[in-house]
Amino acid sequence: MSRRGITRHRVRRWFGRAGLYLSVLLLVSPAVLFFLWMLSLSLKNELDNTAYPPVFIPHPPTLSNFVDVFQKNDFLTYTINSVIVSFSATGLALLFGVPAGYGIAKAKATKAAALILIARVTPGLSYLIPLFLLFQWLGLIGTLTPLVITHLVITVPIVVWIMIGFFEGLPGELEEAALVDGATIWQAFLYVAMPLARPGIMVAMILAFIFSWNNFIFGVVLAGRTTRTLPVAVYNVLTFEQISWGPLAAAALIVTAPVLLLTLLMQKEIVAGLTTGGVKGG
Amino acid sequence: MLSVAAPLGRAYARRYWMFAVPAAVIVLAVILFPWVFTLFMSVHEWKVSGATPFVGLANYTKMLHDERFEWAVIRTLEFTTASVIAPLLLGVWAAVCFAANFRFRGLARTLFVLPMMATPVAIALVWTMMFHPQLGVLNYLLSTVGLPPSSWVYDSSTVIPTLVMVETWQWTPLVMLIVLGGIASLPTDPYEAAILDGASAWQMFRHITLPLVWPFLMVAAVIRLIDALKTFDTIYVITLGGPGTSSETLNILLYQTAFAYYDLGYGSAMVVVFFVLILLISLLLLRFRQREAWR
Repeated sequence: MSRRGITRHRVRRWFGRAGLYLSVLLLVSPAVLFFLWMLSLSLKNELDNTAYPPVFIPHPPTLSNFVDVFQKNDFLTYTINSVIVSFSATGLALLFGVPAGYGIAKAKATKAAALILIARVTPGLSYLIPLFLLFQWLGLIGTLTPLVITHLVITVPIVVWIMIGFFEGLPGELEEAALVDGATIWQAFLYVAMPLARPGIMVAMILAFIFSWNNFIFGVVLAGRTTRTLPVAVYNVLTFEQISWGPLAAAALIVTAPVLLLTLLMQKEIVAGLTTGGVKGG
Repeated sequence: MLSVAAPLGRAYARRYWMFAVPAAVIVLAVILFPWVFTLFMSVHEWKVSGATPFVGLANYTKMLHDERFEWAVIRTLEFTTASVIAPLLLGVWAAVCFAANFRFRGLARTLFVLPMMATPVAIALVWTMMFHPQLGVLNYLLSTVGLPPSSWVYDSSTVIPTLVMVETWQWTPLVMLIVLGGIASLPTDPYEAAILDGASAWQMFRHITLPLVWPFLMVAAVIRLIDALKTFDTIYVITLGGPGTSSETLNILLYQTAFAYYDLGYGSAMVVVFFVLILLISLLLLRFRQREAWR
């Protein structure tokens, strides 16, 4: 290459780099600005929140909105509800879903996998009419049980789907060796495949938990006054306090903060899980 | 050797079914039972209390003459088309950017993914505040660059595009992740050859990257299509189908019919129609999935 060719190559490279950084900035800023604005709303008093032009940086920041949310609403109960529902639904899904993923992967049962896929694509609302009636007949409306059961609709397919992919990616030789040595397939699963699949189980657990935590539609239909999960509770803050933006933003932040923190802390696992199957809840 | 391989063969594979039995029971109980029962209800007149007489296909024929239902279908298609195309275009652009190596790539990618992980109700509430015609920050931002204010979700002509914007903001990351997974699996030698031949970045994208990630793009498109059809949380929280019924999609109408008017029979019939639509689309997805040989 001539000297001029090299210079041109460098200039082009430099422009390529600049373009890349500009693109990334443009792509990331809608998300970043949105969450910063959410934070800003939650830390300002009512006067600043309704000022025009808007006040961007809280001065001075106040935590009174957060105090307000917990004082005026029974947010502690709703937080406990959300924790119980999401943890139970995730735990049960792991208990049933991990072996199922293993079985489907080993038996190469694509048809069973298709059934899981159908669960993924069905609108959550379409389960709700019959389940609503069923729970009413069983007298379970007003307890947390219907919520845990319906959340399985979200968590079980996520776990099975991710685990199928994960177990298929594991080399089979170790289990085969165990089988030759006289282990049962159950033992081969429990003592050989399971420990190897721990990273996959972690991914499945995080994603199942997040999408169960985020779910709104099941709660809005099935929860009673005292069994609301956080997303439903936050929606009710909107209907009752339409104008006070500070507490509303604070409530929204309380609900979604655990999920955002989990995403930031577990970014590698989450990205790995999401790329395998286009997972999404509800 | 043969005696070892034999028990690991087909007959043996069948024994692995028992691992899937508990999960299958749950799937049958929580997913299959509702389907069957929905079919049953859809041929009855079914209010929450009182008798439930058999009405044959009356609930289905009712749909044919129900203008509100027809408008909901049209609106759903409008919303869905836009909510597939915009995230796909942006998602491919984002995937190409995030496939490159640069400083803070991990952090930038995580920040970009946040909207799809955040609780939909929470972000919908913040969007609602941002759309406020007088006090909202978005109209202020428009005014700083000299643009006239928009009525966002408060006018029937702008409500659907605005909801599409929210949907795009929220779900472009999913498209990005799927396409990024595709790009990561590509071989590097075509690129090396292209660079030696002096190809431009656009030429490499157009003639190498795009054809190779096409299957991933199709998977992303179908997933997006299904999710857009199902969109509920954001529309419900931001507009509840309003103003009037100008953003009432199928899913919202379904909710209203079943849980606001308690017309469970008619609601069930709508679910059946909606479900058939989604099932057809998912069969499409399955074809792409199998072609991709179970990534």
